Amino acid sequence: MRIAIASGKGGTGKTTLAVNLALKLAESSTTLLMDLDVEEPNGGIFIEGQCIVTIDARRMVPFWQQNACNLCGKCPSLCRYNAIIKLGDYIMVMPELCHSCHACSELCPVNALPMQALPLGTLKHQSLGKLDFVESRLNIGLEQASPLISQALSYADKHFAGHDYQILDSPPGTSCAMISATKTADYAILITEPTPFGLYDLSLAVETMRHLGKPFGVVVNRWGIGNSEVLDYLKRESIPLLAKIPHAREIAIAYSQGEILYQAFPAVDEALNQIIKHIEAAL
Amino acid sequence: MKIVFTASGEGWDARIDPRFGRTDYILVYDEEKNELSSTDNREIKNVEHGAGPKTAQLIFELNPDVLITGNGPGGNAAAILSKMKLKIYVGAGGMNIREAYQAYQNNQLKEGV
Amino acid sequence: MKEIVCISGKGGTGKSSVVAALSWIAKDNLVVADCDVDAADLHLIFSPLPRKSEDFFSGVKAVIDPAMCAACGLCADKCRFDAITKSDAGYRVLPLDCEGCAYCYHLCPVEAIRLEEQNVGQCFLSDTRYGCSLVHARLDIGADNSGKLVAKVKHEAQALAKTEAKDFILVDGSPGIGCPVISSLSGADAVLMVTEPSLSAHSDLARLWELIQKFRIPAACIINKADINPRITAGIKTWLMHEGIRHLADLDYDQDFQKAITAGKNVVEENNAKWQPVFAEIWNAIKEIR
Repeated sequence: MRIAIASGKGGTGKTTLAVNLALKLAESSTTLLMDLDVEEPNGGIFIEGQCIVTIDARRMVPFWQQNACNLCGKCPSLCRYNAIIKLGDYIMVMPELCHSCHACSELCPVNALPMQALPLGTLKHQSLGKLDFVESRLNIGLEQASPLISQALSYADKHFAGHDYQILDSPPGTSCAMISATKTADYAILITEPTPFGLYDLSLAVETMRHLGKPFGVVVNRWGIGNSEVLDYLKRESIPLLAKIPHAREIAIAYSQGEILYQAFPAVDEALNQIIKHIEAAL
Repeated sequence: MKIVFTASGEGWDARIDPRFGRTDYILVYDEEKNELSSTDNREIKNVEHGAGPKTAQLIFELNPDVLITGNGPGGNAAAILSKMKLKIYVGAGGMNIREAYQAYQNNQLKEGV
Repeated sequence: MKEIVCISGKGGTGKSSVVAALSWIAKDNLVVADCDVDAADLHLIFSPLPRKSEDFFSGVKAVIDPAMCAACGLCADKCRFDAITKSDAGYRVLPLDCEGCAYCYHLCPVEAIRLEEQNVGQCFLSDTRYGCSLVHARLDIGADNSGKLVAKVKHEAQALAKTEAKDFILVDGSPGIGCPVISSLSGADAVLMVTEPSLSAHSDLARLWELIQKFRIPAACIINKADINPRITAGIKTWLMHEGIRHLADLDYDQDFQKAITAGKNVVEENNAKWQPVFAEIWNAIKEIR
């Protein structure tokens, strides 16, 4: 079962939930936790397992072969991303703008733009008992998250298809990186906080899940701050409330020190139980 | 010498466009012929990403000796312009073309990139 | 007319709260532009009433004409994004997966594929209870912010500032270091950085400063939640001095910010006695930066 943890906004407790849920499930079932927040993966702060393998992920970018080129100028006209420019007798490729579609390379009449692998990021696989943890990290300065997210998910398909659970810690927001991360999930848990910003961003995440046709439920974190408008919203929209995690200073402090919350706080443990019950019933 | 300016209008009274990649117009001043002409770059607003490189290519085709602009080109555009024998002067934002040209002649602009 | 762009490197540092507070202070002499479109939340503190809205077009998606499709499968074979799948009438494009690269369009032997411009959102010009206009945008699901959209929002704000005879444009800038932020910074007269005392926020800011320096835009900085880590705050202040970035203020962590947002207000509205002098001083200082 593949479960995505997502939120409309950063800072709502997505990683906290993903880590605690995965660790609890791993007490009795084979579980994969995959951190797909590739620009800033921080699930690893909480988990110290045995390192199995680190993979250098690559992306393909065209590389100009000057001696093969006949300067026909087809490649700049093909590229939709302005990643190739012709400057007289020189063809310049700008890798950051390239989307790796291969069109210029494969349509070049003289094969002067073979594709070359450039560093994209890393996939780090650790194991801790029944838990496998894969962290995907995008190299600094790179803008496009989706290619790495896709590679990470392929890795999961290949190596962990037999696991009982796959928990995906998605990137925050509702842009195409979040969609890449959640579109293959069986179920999505949206986490929010009970404030106006939280509610607005939740509504965007809800719209996205409905657009993808994904079954989903909501967890309200830091219950106690802000107001209770989110509960009215969930009722109006007939969206299942999976659990409420209370706001408490002790929890915030424990979190900031990288501690596992459900072992120390019964309220968190109870919330996880409710979530697990809901998910199993929903599927 | 051939001098190009990033501009938000046409003619000597037009304002310098402080942007490079998304500049509305490129004005070309041919010192020898004492002629000021313009190229409309406003189609650039349809470009999602990579406006800088696209405008840099336009500059390349105009083949100037000097570029006078406001903030200067971003990373990718700067890489392209560095392939040309081009001197870039920045700091002309807020001036009109005439004032920018005078500032350049009086060494009041900073060399960019 | 002076354009001030507010940036933070990465989100979550309280940039929007600062922009809203300054807008309240400056209210009748500015136009506000929300260029942080992926996380557009200024509208929750401004309660804008759109008086004009315009569709925004960006990118294309491939569409296969089932009547012309010869079902050769070449497009599905070559598509790097797995966006083409078999259908009853041959093949069809999955819109959510299509990246608009147009490879299939060039490839199709019977020219059965066309490229459709995508309406990915709207750009709004709105009235606000602050007394100033707000230019902002909303993107549809799956659409990402771009240099193009940022340029459009800024362009509309500049046009408005001209017709409304306002002296200032305050821009809530995009995060990151790519096209949207380059577009946010390009043309700015001054940059206001809003950061917080964490190692990741500081390193994001340093990377952004490299770009700002290239553009030679004068900059000033506010350290938000400064008291949660005095050591890092001191480190940031040293760095600011070293780099010639004017340090405008340290804002201690204060419940007023959360209270204000919850009530849909800015922090000066929420607690005028405390925050009016603070932000008035900051605004006066920013106006002078050159």
